[in-house]
Amino acid sequence: MANKILAILEQREGLLKKISFEAASVACKLAKELNLEVEAVAIGAEINNLGDVSKYGISKIVHFKNSELNNYSSSGYTDAVTKYAQETGAACLVLGNTSLGNDLAPRLAVKLNAGIVVDCVNLQVEDNQIVATRPIYAGKAFIKVKLNSDVKVFTIRPNVFNAEQIDNVTAIIDVNEIVSPNLKSKVVSFKKSEGKLDVAEADIIVSGGRGMKGPENFHLVEKLAESLNAAVGASRAVVDAGWRPHREQVGQTGKTVSPTLYIACGISGAIQHLAGMSTSKYIVAINKDKDAPIFSVADYGIAGDLFEILPVLTEEIKKIKS
Amino acid sequence: MKIAVCVSHVPDTATRIKIGADRKLIDSSGVTYIINPYDEFAVEEALKAKEKIGGDSVVYVISVGTEANKETIRKALAMGVDEGVLLKDDNSRDSFGIATALADEIKSLGCELVFFGKQSVDYDNSITGQITAELLGYNCIPVVVDFKLEGNKIIAEREIEGGREVVETELPAIITAQKGLNEPRYASLKGIMASKKKIINEKQAADTQNYSEVIEMNLPLSKQAGRIIGTDSSAIIELVKLLREEAKVI
Repeated sequence: MANKILAILEQREGLLKKISFEAASVACKLAKELNLEVEAVAIGAEINNLGDVSKYGISKIVHFKNSELNNYSSSGYTDAVTKYAQETGAACLVLGNTSLGNDLAPRLAVKLNAGIVVDCVNLQVEDNQIVATRPIYAGKAFIKVKLNSDVKVFTIRPNVFNAEQIDNVTAIIDVNEIVSPNLKSKVVSFKKSEGKLDVAEADIIVSGGRGMKGPENFHLVEKLAESLNAAVGASRAVVDAGWRPHREQVGQTGKTVSPTLYIACGISGAIQHLAGMSTSKYIVAINKDKDAPIFSVADYGIAGDLFEILPVLTEEIKKIKS
Repeated sequence: MKIAVCVSHVPDTATRIKIGADRKLIDSSGVTYIINPYDEFAVEEALKAKEKIGGDSVVYVISVGTEANKETIRKALAMGVDEGVLLKDDNSRDSFGIATALADEIKSLGCELVFFGKQSVDYDNSITGQITAELLGYNCIPVVVDFKLEGNKIIAEREIEGGREVVETELPAIITAQKGLNEPRYASLKGIMASKKKIINEKQAADTQNYSEVIEMNLPLSKQAGRIIGTDSSAIIELVKLLREEAKVI
């Protein structure tokens, strides 16, 4: 009898990522409403903050331990989670919609003969069934979907679900050593990119567009981003022009983001860009053209010259932060 | 070696989405369809692989969908792909259903190296490549920005949060292409003319069942336009105050 929900945790260099707590919290809530048991599953070597998931309602953590699985291996992770999900009778798996989750979840779905919904922004129980809502067309529309398979796999968009802390839960950590993992496919090294923060993970994003007039002016965006501990983003136009790397591109052929604060500098707001960022909690637009479409989604706007505004804004932010 | 590239036929990214009458699909009237942008990188990489491997290597382009998908298949043929396959279906499949049809065809063609775009820009699932690989028992590296094939061995770099992972695996394998992997070639006039003579095999897509059911499709709640606080740096104090006290985000 399938009676368990598993939250699949994600660690990097021995620390659980924030998305793990979001996945744990979502799994706990679903388990409560569906009257199922819940467990968290982690893979890697030492994970220093593993016990912290208990704060989000998890009372049992299964840790598959092997030093060779500290780096991601699609084959090794798929085998470990599949085996455990089958043995324990998992009815539902919740993962983060991160690079790792998006790689792993569909493989697990095949192995477990499960339906899958990725990038969920809402998961609700209706008539004892999970109904998932997810953006399509980069956020130009949303679909509500349900799965009719016995086992179900969901990935959740980072930064959307609140990881709610619940007191008084202590977790048992069940450590399982994995002997000779399947390393048919494995990560051999990681090349860190120069930028400090990734747009997909940042709470605040400062983005620049064609209004920046050239790559040599992006230091204005970088300085504002630095003062806010924000990631630097870019419009497609400036990425295609080679001013900024593709990993910074926000929009339909770049990344779809939902930060707490999005500051658009010199971005007019093409439909592909708006689709990728309009679910941000607060949007600030700085653009010379007061009729630019970006102002239609902005909470606050300054219709002026960004070369005058950005340096002063950066100084003001620094003042209040100091 | 037999190489395949799988492509989808999607609404142009400039499309303003309208919901169809059944509230389960978009209203496709007046919508321009194009080859999925990420699939162009996949086609280019497949052609480069063929050029590198040489011999009697052949590249197939496979698409699941209706007659309309032939336009996208022709585009790949015009870029230099050798032969096309249309797996006919009424566009009602989920990722699992599409992957089942693709896996069936890749197996019968005997392709050992397969390229996909990292996601199609309609449903944005970005899982079809991985599912197809698992169904076939192939290795799979998604979201690839650098690809090297040495004999049987693949060394690829894939884009993840904050950097790139270097991944090693072996053939047979599926690679999903991210923007930045290459510069897709333009179809030459000669290529376009030649593509008209190339074969597109049409067959019914392999049977499958969908695991997911769309309940309804909706447009996002329209956001109320905010206010323009000012037109020069005198508005900055007010902006910082609003961000701090009203929005409470800094």
